[in-house]
Amino acid sequence: MSRAAHWALACALAFGPVLALAPAGTATAQASTNVAPLQFRDAAEETRFHHLTSELRCVMCQNQSLADSNAQIAHDLRREVLDLMHQGKSDDEVVAFLVARYGEFVRYKPAVEPATWLLWFGPALLLLGGGIAVARVVRARSRREVPAPSEDQEW
Amino acid sequence: MNAPAGRRGPGLAVIIGALCFLGFLALLFYGVNQSGRGDREALPSPLIGKPAPEFALPLLHEPGRLVTSQELLDAPYLLNVWGSWCPECRVEHPVMTRFALTKRVRVLGYNLKDEPEDALRWLEQFGNPYMLVLTDRDGRAAIDWGIYGAPETFLVDAKGIVRWKHVGALDDTIIDGELLPLLEQLEAGK
Repeated sequence: MSRAAHWALACALAFGPVLALAPAGTATAQASTNVAPLQFRDAAEETRFHHLTSELRCVMCQNQSLADSNAQIAHDLRREVLDLMHQGKSDDEVVAFLVARYGEFVRYKPAVEPATWLLWFGPALLLLGGGIAVARVVRARSRREVPAPSEDQEW
Repeated sequence: MNAPAGRRGPGLAVIIGALCFLGFLALLFYGVNQSGRGDREALPSPLIGKPAPEFALPLLHEPGRLVTSQELLDAPYLLNVWGSWCPECRVEHPVMTRFALTKRVRVLGYNLKDEPEDALRWLEQFGNPYMLVLTDRDGRAAIDWGIYGAPETFLVDAKGIVRWKHVGALDDTIIDGELLPLLEQLEAGK
């Protein structure tokens, strides 16, 4: 018997009972919380689902995405999102469905509209304003003559 | 100091800078102030001013009978979302009971994601102030209402338009300050 096989046998003997117990433990936990895992049709759907839910904010625990949250309402909304996907709704339609019920808040990327202009363009405006201010100061200073170093200044 | 020659006063840039700083300071104070609100996490409902969602939900006390949104038209009603699993609902319950007893408006219960036995026991224990109690066991219809927890309370007018929503437990200040004036307004507009 090789060395690797010895190790495999040892591990199986050590952890075998634990592994046998584990499924029983998780099964009871599932039953008590009553949360059935979502069934995806294929990997592409799962990827799309994860992408979509990570862009939606959980309404209950407001600093988590719908994908991350473990709140009950997040479970329900994830199920709803998957159902809507199964009905053939596009990503935009799913988002619109949730926005119509829970408000703009559910989007991490709010729509560009008059109420959110400040949010979208405010930082750029601030940057532009700061840039203009810096440019003016620099230009004003470059135009000024460099003052001759005063004699009493010692470094 | 190498004070710039030919400059008068503190200079435009300094004034603008000071104004910006004061502006940010004001924003900070506004934010800190807002964070003290008890309902700072309550989401404004996009349903306000729009028709209430259509529904057909079974009654808690008469599971065979479905009540539809159509049946509830012609008079305003208050819809109070609760569940026996919700500790805050227990806090709200005496307030809601007192308000319901004034018979100012129809008060309906919306039993969210609850076992019927638990819900019935809860009402037996604390009293049933509701004209009728709708049940939503899987919470599907609740999504149409934009409900994300309990307690939540909606005011729907006689035409079936959602007029007001409150997230969290109602108290007398909110009833006197928000709900009653709105009801008066609704009745005046009729």
